[in-house]
Amino acid sequence: MVATQTHKEQIREAPIQRRDGMILNQLSQGLFALFGLIVVYILGRALFENPGLFMQQVLNGLELGFIYALIALGYTMIYGIVKLINFAHGDVFMVGSFASFYAISILDLHRWPAWIWPGMSSTLVMIIGTITIILISMFVSGLLAVVMERFAYRPLRNKPRIAALITAIGVSFFLEYFGALPFVFTNNYITYDRPFDVTVYSAGEISPVVIGVMWGLLVISLVAYFMLRTQAKSGDMKAQAWLRHPLLQFGWLFGGFFAFVLTLAGIHLESGGKVWDLSVSNVTLVIMGASILLQVLLQFVVTQTQLGKAMRAAAYDKDAARLMGINVDLVIASTFALGGGLAGAAGVLYATAFKQVYYLMGIIPGLKAFVAAVIGGIGSIPGAFLGALIMGQTEVLSAGFISTPMRDAISFSLLIIVLLVWPQGIFGEPPGEKV
Amino acid sequence: MALLEVKDLVVSYGAIRALHGISFYVDQGEIVTLIGANGAGKSTTLRTISALQRADSGQITYDGKDITRASASAIVHQGLIQVPEGRRIFAPLTVRENLEMGAYSRKDKEEVAASMEYVFQLFPRLKERLEQAGGTLSGGEQQMLAVARALMAKPRLLLMDEPSMGLAPILVEEIFDIIQEINAQGVTILLVEQNAHMALSIANRGYVLETGTIQLEGPAKELAANPQVQEAYLGGG
Ligand SMILES: Nc1ncnc2c1ncn2[C@@H]1O[C@H](COP(=O)(O)OP(=O)(O)OP(=O)(O)O)[C@@H](O)[C@H]1O
Ligand SMILES: [Mg+2]
Repeated sequence: MVATQTHKEQIREAPIQRRDGMILNQLSQGLFALFGLIVVYILGRALFENPGLFMQQVLNGLELGFIYALIALGYTMIYGIVKLINFAHGDVFMVGSFASFYAISILDLHRWPAWIWPGMSSTLVMIIGTITIILISMFVSGLLAVVMERFAYRPLRNKPRIAALITAIGVSFFLEYFGALPFVFTNNYITYDRPFDVTVYSAGEISPVVIGVMWGLLVISLVAYFMLRTQAKSGDMKAQAWLRHPLLQFGWLFGGFFAFVLTLAGIHLESGGKVWDLSVSNVTLVIMGASILLQVLLQFVVTQTQLGKAMRAAAYDKDAARLMGINVDLVIASTFALGGGLAGAAGVLYATAFKQVYYLMGIIPGLKAFVAAVIGGIGSIPGAFLGALIMGQTEVLSAGFISTPMRDAISFSLLIIVLLVWPQGIFGEPPGEKV
Repeated sequence: MALLEVKDLVVSYGAIRALHGISFYVDQGEIVTLIGANGAGKSTTLRTISALQRADSGQITYDGKDITRASASAIVHQGLIQVPEGRRIFAPLTVRENLEMGAYSRKDKEEVAASMEYVFQLFPRLKERLEQAGGTLSGGEQQMLAVARALMAKPRLLLMDEPSMGLAPILVEEIFDIIQEINAQGVTILLVEQNAHMALSIANRGYVLETGTIQLEGPAKELAANPQVQEAYLGGG
């Protein structure tokens, strides 16, 4: 029998297994445990001394994590289907930020409903406008990713993988320094106007009804999950199918995170004679909501649509996918479009959070999201999400309680530590079961 | 006119020539088998027909149309479907999703649902495993799924690459029964096999491929009686 291309690749990709060395194995686990204890000690002390500040940092970390998640999904999806680390992905994110900057500050597009219906309430204008801006950036970034795939990566698809990898680095530099040209994005930091006004909610300002609804959503979806699981175990195929349905994910993700954040923001803490009113801004809520919504939509596309199934099929075995009549080139282009679109949305959210755009702004978030995808297990969508939340917390908590200048170093060392214990990342599957 | 006609097909992998100009045809309604030893070029032939591999020269005509340069998906859309060597099930996808991928080229939902029912009649065991990941099926079940998936495309001509590979004798019998049943439903079959005995017993005609050239051809009965074939492929006279 002749091993086919895919099968050969899978053999070559077989990772170094943990059982290679008992001592190394124990050493790495020991290191992991030690690191864990130190972290728990530092964070525990911080929490005890100043619970208000600590929880506020956790909220900030969530905001960052949800942005990284959107970028990380692109890395993981693209890797899943073409086995390429798209190093230019951070720059696609940057272009998304700039697209929204132009749409807002030059074209005033975030107020378009008000041009057409001058009487419209300003809240509604803000909501529709913000959604429009996000969609515009998603479109621009998605298109950029498709063009990139078509002209830079596709010609190299059957060449050694290192060629595409180096090209990706080249594309990254091209986007950055083309962006730096005076008639493109310029090489200055530019102030970014948010598409909506900031409101901060603190204790007592959030309706208990809203909080209750969120808890309700969480509880209902968890109960549904466990009921479906018992039924699925007893062989009920409808239940097995529903268990994978993104609606369930939406319920517990959306309900869970909003219940958590809104409850925290509603807390009025008194400790050590001091009063801590936690607060949350609508920027955090928008970021969280948009990120969760987009992820669930992505899950919907991937698990429920023909395109998504074709993406997973092609990621697993391209020739077999061709034999089904799947146009693999089109499926790969669509994957780049989806990944790029998510990065574009992340670009708007990031710029909204930090009120600034800059031609090199994609580098660090891009790297962080890449690390997040690897930590979660590259190729795994839930892994990218979990990894991103971990990266967000690591960055914010180490900046807050360990050392600000060290925060990036700490975030990146997390990669090494996690990979020592889980060489495939947390949700990484053994080769041959990607995506 | 033949449903499939291959003329002077030459295919190489880089500098290595795998097919040295082979010609054969398959008529509507036939079972034709292509037998030969390991590395003879059987899979290469099927892969080239399905456009996974490019021909250096030669011509492939299907249903009166030249498909030598057609895309893989265009070929599938015309009902020329392949069950590849080694099953190639999409392991992470569920059995249902695998079947849906088989029907990827078809748009009519009702007809696809009818095909699904037909496939369940042929392979009742797949119905019990619908929501299970394809990779968790046993080898035999995966082969059933591979055939079922191809049937979901509503083939007119089915190319099958060693469907008996790695199966227990009783399953081999079952698969060959099913091949005959599919053929009886009007599907033309080009069957690649190492199990020459079984293949020749159900085929109308056969071709013997040896290192990229066709050595012998003729009605299956004659081939089975040919001393050369008996020695090389049927375990001696
Ligand atoms: N991807 C490839 N790259 C290089 N050479 C290949 C490749 N695939 C097949 N070959 C060569 O082409 C020749 C024919 O291979 P092919 O797979 O068509 O044989 P086969 O008749 O199907 O054999 P088997 O019965 O083992 O499946 C062999 O010599 C093989 O080594
Ligand atoms: Mg073969």
